[in-house]
Amino acid sequence: MDLRLPSKVLEHILSFVDSNEDRNSVSLVCKSWFETERRTRKRVFVRNCYAVTPEAVARRFPETRSLTLKGKPHFADYNLVPDGWGGYAWPWIEAMAAKCPSLDELRLKRMVVTDECLEKIAASFKDFKVLVLTSCEGFSTDGLAAIAVACSNLRELELRECIVEDLGGDWLSYFPETLTSLVSLDFSCLDSEVKLSDLERLVSRSPNLKSLKLNRAVSLDALGSLLRLAPQLVELGTGSFSDKLDQEAVSKLSQAFSEMKELKSLSGLWDVLPEYIPLLYSVCPGLTSLNLSYATVQMPDLVELLTRCSNLQKLWVMDLIEDKGLEVVASSCKELRELRVFPSGAEGLNDTNVAMTEQGLVSVSEGCPNLESVLYFCVQFTNAAMVTIARNRPNLTCFRLCVMEPFSPDHKTQQPLDEGFKAIVERCKDLQRLSVSGLLTNKAFEYIGTHGKKLRMLSIAFAGDSDLMLHHLLSGCESLNKLEIRDCPFGDTALLENAAKLETMRSLWMSSCCVSFGACKLLSQKMPKLNVEVIDEHPLETRPDSSPVERIYIYRTLAGPRLDMPEFVWTTQKNPEIGVSHLAIK
Amino acid sequence: MSESVAAEHDYIGLSMEAAQMSDNKTKTRDNNNNKNDDVLNFKATELRLGLPGSESPERVDQRFLSLKSSCPVSGAKRVFSDAINGSTKWVFSPGSATDVKDIKPAVPVKEKKSSAAAAPPASKAQVVGWPPIRSFRKNTMASSQSQKQGGGDNNNSETEGEAKSGAEPCLYVKVSMEGAPYLRKIDLKTYKSYVELSSALEEMFSCFTIGQFGSHGGCGRDGLNESRLTDLLRGSEYVVTYEDKDSDWMLVGDVPWEMFICSCKKLRIMKSSEAIGLAPRVMEKCRSRN
Repeated sequence: MDLRLPSKVLEHILSFVDSNEDRNSVSLVCKSWFETERRTRKRVFVRNCYAVTPEAVARRFPETRSLTLKGKPHFADYNLVPDGWGGYAWPWIEAMAAKCPSLDELRLKRMVVTDECLEKIAASFKDFKVLVLTSCEGFSTDGLAAIAVACSNLRELELRECIVEDLGGDWLSYFPETLTSLVSLDFSCLDSEVKLSDLERLVSRSPNLKSLKLNRAVSLDALGSLLRLAPQLVELGTGSFSDKLDQEAVSKLSQAFSEMKELKSLSGLWDVLPEYIPLLYSVCPGLTSLNLSYATVQMPDLVELLTRCSNLQKLWVMDLIEDKGLEVVASSCKELRELRVFPSGAEGLNDTNVAMTEQGLVSVSEGCPNLESVLYFCVQFTNAAMVTIARNRPNLTCFRLCVMEPFSPDHKTQQPLDEGFKAIVERCKDLQRLSVSGLLTNKAFEYIGTHGKKLRMLSIAFAGDSDLMLHHLLSGCESLNKLEIRDCPFGDTALLENAAKLETMRSLWMSSCCVSFGACKLLSQKMPKLNVEVIDEHPLETRPDSSPVERIYIYRTLAGPRLDMPEFVWTTQKNPEIGVSHLAIK
Repeated sequence: MSESVAAEHDYIGLSMEAAQMSDNKTKTRDNNNNKNDDVLNFKATELRLGLPGSESPERVDQRFLSLKSSCPVSGAKRVFSDAINGSTKWVFSPGSATDVKDIKPAVPVKEKKSSAAAAPPASKAQVVGWPPIRSFRKNTMASSQSQKQGGGDNNNSETEGEAKSGAEPCLYVKVSMEGAPYLRKIDLKTYKSYVELSSALEEMFSCFTIGQFGSHGGCGRDGLNESRLTDLLRGSEYVVTYEDKDSDWMLVGDVPWEMFICSCKKLRIMKSSEAIGLAPRVMEKCRSRN
């Protein structure tokens, strides 16, 4: 009797299995399950575009509808990855165009996307629906026009913090009159003014439009007319909020806001003038997400706004909110889950003498029981504050503290911040993401290694005394997936001793550390399943094994060495004649 | 010195430092050449835990300006020697045993603090990518500041290396090359002449043209820094062309530099044979060249 499930039955069962983790398990059962699963997978996530080849993915999952890709390492956001390093979307788009015609969603993060890529998407996928580009670069508004004109069923076009060559606002006028399917449009990162009449017509013929994020060039006046055309919006990113309006215009705008009964998320608000803050009062009670990180408004005005936001779950704000403002958040925003506080100083170094200290975060940790994710830039911190925060909020899953002056100790006791971070990792048992800063010694990393068992992503800068600390992390943090380190005296020994660990992680980034060229070669030789990239814009001519490398990026891969490395990326495979010298660690 | 350079605003990353670095690199190279025997001797090849290059601090200094104390050679070694005494798990390359003698007492916390504080505040701005604020955000805030100041703050707008700068004409151009798998982007404003542009392009794409330069004294990427663009490519199969404001493809080098940077939209390094289909002026140049 044939005990196998007919593949049709299996297919039907698998149609209920959404999670890719489960699907990965399914595919390991046996060959026929592998086959059925791969033919029915609809969404593919490749979190390191160099971990696998585009052809392999396209071949394995021909029916996929949605592809999510990430390219450059996270530290590329802070200019630590030289231009031209890689992360090109083109090979992926080419491969998908050839093998996966059903693709209708593409989400790319930190990748280089050219106009040719966008044109190819427009030409290859007949029913293309969703394009979300986050922190991407390499394309111009011409590419956007290509998407606009060709994708007649487009639902989402979102450009989140992309670097776009802005050739003007015409691209928007390329959306045909027949396009009525738009659900989400985000062009907040573009500079040029789009034609208001085009935008208004687009909005009027998009009854399903739920999310609209305008760029700074859209005036306050224009905002009014747009809101009147789309009162159903759930997410709104305003344009510039600083034009001078006459009384009538102001009251019309106020009216428009009060009509927006569905609004849950508000952002933009560039240059918002204090006198316009009251315009937002009517939508505050419904807001779950508020991004004031570009709103250069002072604390009293912020407080007025925030006291009304009783349902807020996500708040991004600048340190202009000060400790007092955060106290108000603590008492008014009881549903708060995520808080991000950005520095307001021009160089990010808080030269405006803002009265925000560790106390602000302590207040929020006391008042907001659901707080689980924190990003906090500040000038100084104390161990006691972190201990209190940890005690209040053992449910934290993400804690990113950036004390902006490197090597800053606890400003009250002058001690390193070891004990504070110890409290965080010890108490917050579900902590998955941690960024440390300030003065830290060996101890801090010993604690993190001992307690940070669920930690998946760890970012370290200007910390530590020695290599031992890297060893603690690599040997202790069992769930470690991404580790990024800059300017720490971590070096060869810990790296080589824990080489096997690197295969269990997605990636390791180390820049301006003490890793030698010889160690990179040795590691590369020892671990063929890793790509060990030495990224050095100014290598010494002779490159002795003892010379330190500027940056090293190590990631596991099935694809082998990549073929698109620029001249400043070195790997053993690229330069096999150099090989490994007689030097060995053991 | 580079105190006035705000390195982290440079979109290209370290290129401002690059100018400094390549100066320093020459110095270091000279040092290395003089001590040739050092390269072969044991001390130089040992793997040390402190920064191996600490005798020649030039290379390290630029990056670690205010942070040199972060990699205290003595401090690092001290801790490791403790570990060594404590367990046999940590193994050293033999050479470093000689350095144990040189170890100073561990750098106490306070000392670090004061040495960090001793660095002038201006050097804070030099650290690329710190504080970790996304370039996008930095530029948005910077242009917001300059708008508020009536565009009067030149420093902010100059240090915005991003294409997004609102106040100024965008001088980022794509550079592509026939047969190269990737594009580069450069800011024409960082170059003052065709010579500078040519050496930059040459550095960027040398891996593709290296074969062509065999006849020019057999140098690889290092020997041709001074060549002019036209000299560089004369005799090779490549010409550098650009797309101007009228969308015509022209040969680079014909017009005065200032005019060029105002009208150039894109650069393309292409084979002379490809260039034949271009504007007559280009063809004419190719003919006169050959």
